[in-house]
Amino acid sequence: MTEQERIQKQRTERTREESDDVSVVAKKGEQLKGELDDLLDEIDSVLEENAEEFVRNYVQKGGQ
Amino acid sequence: MAIAKILGIETEYGVAGGPDHDPTTASSIIVNAYAQQGRSRINWDFNDESPGTDARGIVGGGALAPMIETHLANTVLTNGARLYVDHAHPEYSAPECATPAEAALFDQAGEEVMRRALQVANETLPAELAITLYKNNSDGKGNSYGTHENYLVEREVEFSAVVRAMVPHFVSRQVVVGAGKVGWETEFASGADPQFQLSARAEFFEEVVGLETTLKRPIINTRDEPHCDAERFRRLHVICGDANMSPVATLVKLGSTALLLAALEDDGANQFPAPPLRPVRAIRDYSFDPGLSTVHEDENGRRRSAWDYQDELWTLAERYVRRRGGEVVAPASQVEEILRHWREMLDGVRDDPDSVADRVDWAAKRRIVEGYRERYRLEPRDARLRAIDLQYHDLRRDKSLAARVGLRALHGEEEIRRAVAHPPTSTRAYFRGECVSRYPDAIVSANWDSLVFDVGQGPLQRIPMMDPTRGTEALVGALLADNPTARALVDALNG
Repeated sequence: MTEQERIQKQRTERTREESDDVSVVAKKGEQLKGELDDLLDEIDSVLEENAEEFVRNYVQKGGQ
Repeated sequence: MAIAKILGIETEYGVAGGPDHDPTTASSIIVNAYAQQGRSRINWDFNDESPGTDARGIVGGGALAPMIETHLANTVLTNGARLYVDHAHPEYSAPECATPAEAALFDQAGEEVMRRALQVANETLPAELAITLYKNNSDGKGNSYGTHENYLVEREVEFSAVVRAMVPHFVSRQVVVGAGKVGWETEFASGADPQFQLSARAEFFEEVVGLETTLKRPIINTRDEPHCDAERFRRLHVICGDANMSPVATLVKLGSTALLLAALEDDGANQFPAPPLRPVRAIRDYSFDPGLSTVHEDENGRRRSAWDYQDELWTLAERYVRRRGGEVVAPASQVEEILRHWREMLDGVRDDPDSVADRVDWAAKRRIVEGYRERYRLEPRDARLRAIDLQYHDLRRDKSLAARVGLRALHGEEEIRRAVAHPPTSTRAYFRGECVSRYPDAIVSANWDSLVFDVGQGPLQRIPMMDPTRGTEALVGALLADNPTARALVDALNG
């Protein structure tokens, strides 16, 4: 088996395993969404308050 | 034949705040704050600097030699790095390293150096003048600053072969190692009007090959200033990369490039995919399309997406490693790690970018930008989304978004702290860093390829370090241990 075939086979097997159990995939999706929600809450708490001014004032001249 | 891929990254940090909001003043405060902690007061020596020398030989008009600021804060650190003010930015030039993982470590050490400098500087400034630093590449208003990689390349390889072989990688690697960007900021992007780009830096490139770094930036920079024996070595100065917050992305950026350069040295340029006919258009167009479907045609009429190029280049690198080993780049286990991450990141961005948001910066950034936009139903140009982009790169731990998105670590905190103070053991940076640490009062100045000592009597003594692979702990560790004073060291070296 060539290297390319071996990789292709690995990928195919991985895809098959992943699609085996749809409920697991759905559960993982919910978990990821929950994680993103938590992350966005955290971003809300640290993001600069006046975004407009913060972005406008950031000017960098003279770089390579 | 391939030679050791000594490598390193130099980063210009974005800087805001400080007295009068003057970036040069703020940058000087940052560099001096770090130097005045007693870590180093040693000057940089400009004797061997020649950034105007062109790898193509004599070049007719059209490109001006870059200007060098020689009177700003400038110092060398005990870890072998250079910390200085370049133009209007504080810059950390990491010490020369022997492997991509080591270079990624010393890149992270640079973040820590800047963080400490920031802390010291802000303790002396009133709150309203507090400085902030960003490890990014543009201000969102058309001003860009660089994250430059350097690779040691065998002098015998024709420069035209470097261009032929490496252009495909430099235009396409942003698929896995791009830092991402909300919106666009140059006239070159106005037509495509992308809401999100793969690369922060890509839209600033205007030439394929050239000497410039600040105007008409080229994809392949021809600065021929090896900082070592120019008969044997080239230093390939890569200016088209993004500043990565993801340590694994830094590893893959360096590792993929180093492996391809080794393959070029060993087996020539013919094995490489042909470059796109219009590389400047390609690097931009690929950046404008996070959907990864944009294709460009090569000289044979073959059309490839950036992903297609990366797939071919990964296969080329993998075959090279199977056939010849990758020892010139790193030990086998690290080379395997580089190939594995590169492959997984490549497959991940095609199948589901969120699945590799722990390693691919643009995917991590896009995930939070899109999530935030959907949550508050924002317009694509909303300032809050651009603030997220900027704050992703904020060095302050209490503000950094990159620190919150779950990026995979490569090195532990302890290892990074050690790399702030101590040089890599594997290159001449060891000799430089250890000398700065052991004999600080006797070193008059330092640069990449020499140290100048004043041992108290007789003329100043310049110690050349023309081979980056020497001066390692293995070669000079005992010598340094046996000579507690600079005078004894210099005498031993002149033996």
